[in-house]
Amino acid sequence: MLYVRLILMRLLKAVVVLFMIIIFNFFLIQMAPGDPAAILAGEAGATDEAFLRQLRERFGLDQPLYVQLWRYVSGIAMLDFGYSYRQGVPVLDLIMARMPATLLLTGTAFVLALVMGIFAGSLAAARAKKPSGSLIMALALLFYATPLFWVALMSVVLFSVYLDWLPAYGMYTVGAGHTGLALVLDVAKHLILPATTLALFFMAIYTRMTRASMLEASQQDFVKTARAKGLKNSVIQRRHILRNALLPIITLAGLQAGQMVGGAILTETVFAWPGIGRLMYEALQQRDYNLLLGIFFFSAALVIVFNIITDLVYRLADPRIKERS
Amino acid sequence: MKTPLALAIAAAAFTLSSAHADEPRHGGTLNTIIQPEPPGLVLGMIQNDPTRKVAGNIYEGLLSYSTDLEPRPQLAESWDVDDDGLVWTFQLREGVTWHDGEPFTAEDVVFSADVFHRDLNPSARAVLDHIESIEADGDHTVVFTLKQPFGPFLLSFEAGTFTMVPKHLYEGTDFRDNEHNDHPIGTGPFKFENWDRGTVIELVRNDDYYVDDLPYLDGINWHVIPDGASRAVAYENGTVDVLPNGTVENFDIPRLAELDNTCMTEEGHEYFSPFAMLWMNNREGPTEDKRFRQAVMYAMDREFARDVLWNELGNVPLSSFGSNARFQHDGLEPYDHNPDRARELLDEMGYDGEEVRLLPLPYGETWTRWAEAVQQNLREVGINVRTQSTDVGGWNQRLGDWDYDLAFTFLYQYGDPALGISRTYLSSNIERGSPWNNVGGYENERVDELFNEAATAFPDEERESLYREVQEILHEDVPVGWLMELGFPTLYRCDVKNLVTSGVGVNDGFKDAWLDR
Repeated sequence: MLYVRLILMRLLKAVVVLFMIIIFNFFLIQMAPGDPAAILAGEAGATDEAFLRQLRERFGLDQPLYVQLWRYVSGIAMLDFGYSYRQGVPVLDLIMARMPATLLLTGTAFVLALVMGIFAGSLAAARAKKPSGSLIMALALLFYATPLFWVALMSVVLFSVYLDWLPAYGMYTVGAGHTGLALVLDVAKHLILPATTLALFFMAIYTRMTRASMLEASQQDFVKTARAKGLKNSVIQRRHILRNALLPIITLAGLQAGQMVGGAILTETVFAWPGIGRLMYEALQQRDYNLLLGIFFFSAALVIVFNIITDLVYRLADPRIKERS
Repeated sequence: MKTPLALAIAAAAFTLSSAHADEPRHGGTLNTIIQPEPPGLVLGMIQNDPTRKVAGNIYEGLLSYSTDLEPRPQLAESWDVDDDGLVWTFQLREGVTWHDGEPFTAEDVVFSADVFHRDLNPSARAVLDHIESIEADGDHTVVFTLKQPFGPFLLSFEAGTFTMVPKHLYEGTDFRDNEHNDHPIGTGPFKFENWDRGTVIELVRNDDYYVDDLPYLDGINWHVIPDGASRAVAYENGTVDVLPNGTVENFDIPRLAELDNTCMTEEGHEYFSPFAMLWMNNREGPTEDKRFRQAVMYAMDREFARDVLWNELGNVPLSSFGSNARFQHDGLEPYDHNPDRARELLDEMGYDGEEVRLLPLPYGETWTRWAEAVQQNLREVGINVRTQSTDVGGWNQRLGDWDYDLAFTFLYQYGDPALGISRTYLSSNIERGSPWNNVGGYENERVDELFNEAATAFPDEERESLYREVQEILHEDVPVGWLMELGFPTLYRCDVKNLVTSGVGVNDGFKDAWLDR
């Protein structure tokens, strides 16, 4: 009951926040130099006054700003995000077509980063004074410091060009006509390089954070008590130390999850992954305002959703939070 | 008597084809790249380069052009002109059908030219301005009557500019919202099959194509790969067989060209023949002075740019007319790299070191480096240059608002000065808001007169003398800086045969292509 009320309250706030985001984005985008009609005409390589006028009329760009804003906001209220200027397709269709690819990629990367990061971090904490613990930390530092695009390109050079083990780009093999299980395996194979690339940075952060907060938790009195009671070391590590060390990691995981849509631009571009990040980048280059606003809206909505989820997970991990709120 | 002879010929043909691998073979799907992903595929509605590349296989024009820019029959079988150069009669090919099975007729031509393009297509409108009437005479004859003779008329029928669109699907509808835009219907050798946005555009063979045996390929897959390095990898690991111009960064070309089974051709861009120029603001600032603009020409080392930045592809133009446009005047004294002369001119005009802004073209690495090289050249002779960086949107805006001093660009020439060159210099073509007209703001009455007369002069000899005079004036005035006629190479596996067979290259080149593997 408490959860339901909490979620409802948060959703109500979310609507207000989203509305403010829409207005803010709308004006922010108007400030970018370059107008969509000129860019479309520029892309066409030839133009005259009539052509520019046609385009502006079609997009409603000849209207005063407040009319454009009103049209846009009232459209969104009806779940109408307008047409993409450049592609002439409803924005919602474009976003929905790309969303699954992005969620698959970032979701996989998220799980990978979290599981591997916590695992490596716990290991490093347990072996804090041994060389193997230091090695894990050194690797984590390396992945933390290396630029993502370089990792991506090098993994393509190694695994696709030299070894020929994994496909270098795309989401599936074009023209192979796979269906069913074969298609799933094909997509999974294409997923390995981009997902790993995307995961490495956060994996490194989780590793460092898990280790640090586990070492801190292991100094606490209740751990000493547990030791004095003669509990097995593995139980102490898992139930007493790790559980208490998880809170900062959940905070960070919430942040990463919020970035899922927007954070994959680079990876999606290098690996030609047909996701939202690329769509957003292209929309920005083309000044395709409707499309860009639509994507902003959905990423903002996702950030809000993940914030709510994060709050709920806090309560699961640490029951004391419930009483305080 | 007849049968044995036929048999003998067949046998001879068989031995020939097994002896030489030159006999075209059917089958196979070709993989290539489209960059960037086109906004749509309905040529006539959209004329940008990626749309032309893909849709040039779906749609056709009345004529096509050889690599010497000679008109060849496509949907029109033959054509005639009266003695005054005013009435052009096109005889259409019979038995041509649209991809949905409907017959292609003279009515489609009239609709495409007079209704569809007049409404939507700025490049076709420029030609339509010269046309008095377009009429169908029966199902297979179309008569164009011109207001006055128009020199480049026969060069205007390329598929990308004057696309034939199906009247029965578009007439009376809102063209831009027509449901068939998602599934383009043309008369071309390949049919639209599927577009998985962000991944691939698939075309398949048109089994009912009006030329027997053509096309040879079963289909074409246009891969969408946004990153330049990844596109190079796609060629290296064998996923794609053809890299059309502009799909890989220039510095990658020499490396890729040396791979096994790799061929490169510079042919196939004669029709567009992209001409790189430096816009100079003729309105204000130091660039307003003719001597400053001449100094810029002498200061630039264009051979260096070609050899180092463009891998020795392309050529340094003499002046305003490129070598693939007609009527080039070859008697002018070239602007060689001559820093001393540049300094002299700057002294003469009393240049006080006022800062000039340089706007590079945001089209990738090579252009950025080129801007750096030009900046270096200009600094050598004492010109105080500052580079501004921008993205494509900002570049468009600055040029459209005339808010620049020097700016990079490139324009297509379309084979004739009246189609692709005069637009840069005509004062009637000065208009805010577009980066492709007379952005520099050059105004010269005599130049206007000469260009306008030359466009409608008849016959060609008269045009030639007018164009010679205009080139002399432009050469002296330097309204823009002439940088280079770009070489646009196509890289492909050598076992892809007959790839580039026309003056528009891969834009319609897959019709004759076949795989020798």
